[in-house]
Amino acid sequence: MKEVYLDNNATTMVAREVLDEMLPYFHDYYGNPSSMHSFGGQVARKLTEARQRVAALLGADPEEIIFTSCGTESDNTAITSALANNPTKNHIITSRVEHPAVKVLCEHLAQKGYRVTMLPVNTEGLLDMDEYEASLTPDTAVVSIMWANNETGVIFPVEEAAHLARERGIPFHTDAVQAVGKIPIHMKANSIDMLSLSGHKLHAPKGVGVLYVRKGTRFSPFLIGGHQEKGRRGGTENVPSIIALGKACELAGGNMEKENTYVKSLRDRLEAELLTAIPQSKVNGTIEKRLPNTTNISFEFIEGESILLLMDQYGICASSGSACTSGSLQPSHVLRAMGVPYTMAHGSIRFSLSVYNSTEDIDLVIKELPPIIAKLRVLSPYWATSQGACATA
Amino acid sequence: MWEYTDKVREHFLNPKNTGEIENPDGVAEVGSIACGDALKLSFKLDENKRIADARFKTFGCASAIASASALTEILKGKTIEEAMKITNQDIADYLGGLPPEKMHCSVLGQEALEKAIENYRGVSHKKPDEEIVCVCFGVTDGEIERAVRQNHLTTVEEVTNYTKAGGGCGNCHDKIQAIIDRIYATKKPEEGPAQRPKISNIQKIRMIEETIEREIRPSLKHDGGDIELVDVVGNRVLVAMRGACATCQASQATMKGFVEWKLKEFVSPDLIVEEVAS
Repeated sequence: MKEVYLDNNATTMVAREVLDEMLPYFHDYYGNPSSMHSFGGQVARKLTEARQRVAALLGADPEEIIFTSCGTESDNTAITSALANNPTKNHIITSRVEHPAVKVLCEHLAQKGYRVTMLPVNTEGLLDMDEYEASLTPDTAVVSIMWANNETGVIFPVEEAAHLARERGIPFHTDAVQAVGKIPIHMKANSIDMLSLSGHKLHAPKGVGVLYVRKGTRFSPFLIGGHQEKGRRGGTENVPSIIALGKACELAGGNMEKENTYVKSLRDRLEAELLTAIPQSKVNGTIEKRLPNTTNISFEFIEGESILLLMDQYGICASSGSACTSGSLQPSHVLRAMGVPYTMAHGSIRFSLSVYNSTEDIDLVIKELPPIIAKLRVLSPYWATSQGACATA
Repeated sequence: MWEYTDKVREHFLNPKNTGEIENPDGVAEVGSIACGDALKLSFKLDENKRIADARFKTFGCASAIASASALTEILKGKTIEEAMKITNQDIADYLGGLPPEKMHCSVLGQEALEKAIENYRGVSHKKPDEEIVCVCFGVTDGEIERAVRQNHLTTVEEVTNYTKAGGGCGNCHDKIQAIIDRIYATKKPEEGPAQRPKISNIQKIRMIEETIEREIRPSLKHDGGDIELVDVVGNRVLVAMRGACATCQASQATMKGFVEWKLKEFVSPDLIVEEVAS
């Protein structure tokens, strides 16, 4: 059975071209880019190329690219650096729907005495920009707001938010792990000071990330050690993965059009057909300002893990925001922040597509999911009793 | 992904005895949609008062569905007296085990069974002296105590895995710990340390003070309370509760279950703690 992989916001397949590009740097060209000999020097040149390729995708300068081990390291580095460079300030602004890499860090900082504003979102998953602006104070040390939400795909107006922060001299960081490669980004045209991305979300391997730091931004390293990355991130470079990430960024730039036409049309068809075929189903998050590859749909009165495991029988891979899949006993913090009712939150399924999905993939889900939902609803004690009450809703 | 046994997968993919029995002899609904799982169980007896049929409907994850399916299979052919002896561990064992974080699914099954039998017998479920400890998931002290005793749970995390209590906001963790402490405190003397060396009164008072400072006060302060050592008369330790403890309903339980237990453990098993007016 071939898998139908619709979980690309969790991780992606390493692209064949990317794998080919990185493989020689394990066994054949294993030199240390910091070495004085030409065996290492040729590797350093390849790193330079990778840096240029990443910068090109972001519309940034190569010197603004710092390679890290993952998105989480990038997020942690950015926020702690901003705090270290504003030692007299005690206020952090973020949102309630951040990835744990930012959310849990901010909760941790709150315990250490920082005042943390976690901006709410409305039922569509959108920030109130007036409330955001009102929360900016002279005491604010850093703002960190994600570019696009991993669970719903909702895109936040980070460029506008960064502009408002810039006017007040407040450093602005964005976790763009889900946005990079899916929507165009031009760092030269915005006021964002720091941006995180992760390799494995755009067809590079796991274990490599980037922190973009705008020229002129005060910066304190997180990993202290060697002179790598111009002293901004100690530790010998993960050479094969960095080279892979460079290639993946080049591919992503070439696929941007396809992502926003082909992938988007697959997503739209999947969503429309499921909503039509399955009663009492609803998309979570605004329809308009959304990543082209993501849809998060709730199926009322059933539970997400059951849906996932039944889809697994057909090789369909997706995610859920239900309690049983979140590793805790509560449904996803994103859906709760949006006020999605429990009847809906436990039965939420996220499909996240990539350019490697086919029409057949989508057809299979459209064919197999409605009977799965029906089967679980027959089992659910709430389904039959809901039918009278909700028919008109 | 959870590591489910083949038996769990089998009962999830092809659940047995689904649906509801018309005119059942016993029926119960436990859990809620907010909690993430719910189970409706109904059964019917034959002329020999044995369970002829049992059926379920479940809202929940794979292990919740499998646990309910397993329960209905276990129930068939049993008398009410036999059914009453079924524990959550029996359900888990039938399935070849459940992941620790999923044990609450088997507890849900046992709860449904208990309530369905009560429904059959026409007695009410809620015991009047039970109090809600975990507000997020509506779990009472009685339910926690039963899970602790039946499954020999010793940590808050285990209690969460079995009952969900403490799995939400986390505000009740101290209360759950106090329940665990109380249960093992009353058990302790049987297996307690054999013989302690005789200590002088001065040594005893000093040890009591140290134990209060090191073992007791930090926990009470965590809840906004405090304790003052007033006097020691023989083996009677006279204390006064301060702060939130002074007005707390549970302070009597804290006194006996926690303060006395700690002092017995660290100073002398003969000590008795008494509260004096503050």
